[in-house]
Amino acid sequence: MAARTSAPAKARSTVSIPQLGWNQVRPAPVVLVSGTETFLAERSIRDLRDFLKTEDPSLEIVDIAADSYAPGELLTMASPSLFAEPRLLRVSNVEKCTDDFITETLAYLQEPADSTFLVLRHNGGVRGKKLLDAIRGGLGGGIEIVCAELKKDAEKYEFAAGEFAAKGRRVAPSALRSLVSAFSDDLAELSAACQQLMSDASAEITEATVDRYYGGRMEVNAFKVADAAIAGRHGEALTNLRQAISSGEDPVPIVAAFAMKIRTMAKVFGTRGGSGQLASKLGMAPWQVERAQRDLQGWTEDGLARCITMLAETDAAVKGAERDPVFALERMVGVIAARGRA
Amino acid sequence: MTVWDELTGQADAIAVFRAAAAAASATPTEGAAEQAMSHAWLITGPPGSGRSNLAYAFATALISGHPDGDDATVAQVAARSHPDLTVLSTEGVSIKVDDVRAIVRSSSYSPSVGRHRVLVIEDADRMPERTSNVLLKALEEPPERTVWILCAPSEADLIPTIRSRVRSVRLRVPSIDDVAALLVARDGVSPEVAERAAREAQSHIGMARRLATSSEARERREATLVSALGIRTVSDAVAAAARMIEIAGDDAKAITLERDADEREKALRSLGVAPGQTLPPALRGQIKALEDDQKRRATRSLRDGIDRILVDFSSLHRDVLMLQLNGDSAIINRELLSRIERAASVGSAAETLRSLDAIAVARKRIEANVAPLLALEAMLMTFRRSERAAA
Repeated sequence: MAARTSAPAKARSTVSIPQLGWNQVRPAPVVLVSGTETFLAERSIRDLRDFLKTEDPSLEIVDIAADSYAPGELLTMASPSLFAEPRLLRVSNVEKCTDDFITETLAYLQEPADSTFLVLRHNGGVRGKKLLDAIRGGLGGGIEIVCAELKKDAEKYEFAAGEFAAKGRRVAPSALRSLVSAFSDDLAELSAACQQLMSDASAEITEATVDRYYGGRMEVNAFKVADAAIAGRHGEALTNLRQAISSGEDPVPIVAAFAMKIRTMAKVFGTRGGSGQLASKLGMAPWQVERAQRDLQGWTEDGLARCITMLAETDAAVKGAERDPVFALERMVGVIAARGRA
Repeated sequence: MTVWDELTGQADAIAVFRAAAAAASATPTEGAAEQAMSHAWLITGPPGSGRSNLAYAFATALISGHPDGDDATVAQVAARSHPDLTVLSTEGVSIKVDDVRAIVRSSSYSPSVGRHRVLVIEDADRMPERTSNVLLKALEEPPERTVWILCAPSEADLIPTIRSRVRSVRLRVPSIDDVAALLVARDGVSPEVAERAAREAQSHIGMARRLATSSEARERREATLVSALGIRTVSDAVAAAARMIEIAGDDAKAITLERDADEREKALRSLGVAPGQTLPPALRGQIKALEDDQKRRATRSLRDGIDRILVDFSSLHRDVLMLQLNGDSAIINRELLSRIERAASVGSAAETLRSLDAIAVARKRIEANVAPLLALEAMLMTFRRSERAAA
């Protein structure tokens, strides 16, 4: 019991420096940029550089790669120069740093040099934990910029809204929504699309503008194709399939995604009982069972059997048994969209 | 005691090889008997008929220069450590072209202590065409006193250019009684168990031995067959497929897991990495290569495991079909007779034939790299028999 209560308390006590969002970066002797979203981290480091550069154009910028760090490098770079211009030391790959880097950075942080800004980019992981803990514990008087991945649509929506707000442009909420759904996979792409719209479109950006630039575009993955096909929406499934293939999805994982969904449905088919009970019996999560039960509407046993046979045939086809993998996929989508009755 | 003793039921093939070995060791110059010998041989026969054992017996006879072999050579060949014996076999799915190049290079050395240099390629059917081509020149005109022995399930498994360069010897399927007698004599199991194992393994000597010596293997086989007969619905079939993959995977893991760890430890030691020390980046490539090889081996053993299950299934459906057509051939899975009779009454012969076809398709698909689970699921869809037909 004691261990359980002390663990979170300890975690809280180790962080005694401000933890800020990616767009709240400000100069500090040491800036730890952590988190997996590379795009935000780069943006944040660039903002810091721009800010320092406008303050003092003589800013000297040095890049250090922590994974190939040689002893003494940090000290050489951070030691004061004749004209005492400010320095920005950008250290990348701290998650793969050498042991020398940890010891020397810890030593440096005991006594950070004046008007030198050390930026550490850590991509996540346990490597260099000692260093991170020391910085979070207040050593060197730094700040931490947390660049966590934006997972929810709402977060991405907010991000896109921020992009327009930063340039003082007005944008219709519906335009933002369709923009976010078109670029839901890659934050960098979403940002680039925002910049594109701002530089090309005049005045207010509406849904019609977004549609003119990015109409018909959507992020599809194999599971979206499978969802549409299983629900019987043949046309939509085919469009999505084409989109997925032309945006670089490989046929093999598409078949695997279909197989996974149909397999779950087959397991659930013909069973009765609550989703929780079934889930523990079948070794699945309750939401998976509920999802499969919903998907199964309108399906028959023979239909499922025919679809599974078709899946195996298609898997062989995309792995070289037939000449045209895309045709094989389209045939499979047809059979599945007809719920195996074709 | 000769090298030919433990080879069961292959008297014809043994006579051919013994004569060849005698001719090769008698007068190295000329004589009428010389045409009994050839520089390249192909041994074909069903899996488990003792292809590679026969190949090694022949190799022993050739190397020792005596048609029955001598003790020292027998021991060295058994340990695969004889300097004049080179073996190419694979634990992966296919033989690599570089390995074939290496064995071709070694074929031009003259024998060091023995009379002949012998090169054995087990699983010659696992050579893709490009790999086979590397072999052609060496196979056609090997240096004097170099002999090639290839093993494959059938001649059709090799490309025609290889077939035309070798003398082929066919092994036959040993009879159940022969295999059972061997099991009784060599492994000391009781005659009843030996007979059942030989029958269920359909004369595959290695499999029969496994079934005869491990009660766990016997039980698992029976449980798999019973579950295959009990498939009524799609969800039964999907669950059964998952279970089969699990069984085959467990089997494969049991074989490979310990060896993998052992090999890794040995590799680390020979690279000079202390236990627990982090691997220096410069050495990661070597460990990666080792892990890749192990992964290939795991794929192969999983596939082999699944294939064994599929062979068992086809024996089961053969029995069902035999009853449905009132054939008088012996039932293989006699222990499951009541269940098989019931299955025969529930389904029709056409359905059983469809199942047999599906098994063949599944085997072909798994070989062509289709996800094994998916291939099995599709196959088991044809195993469904509804109770309504019986009622």
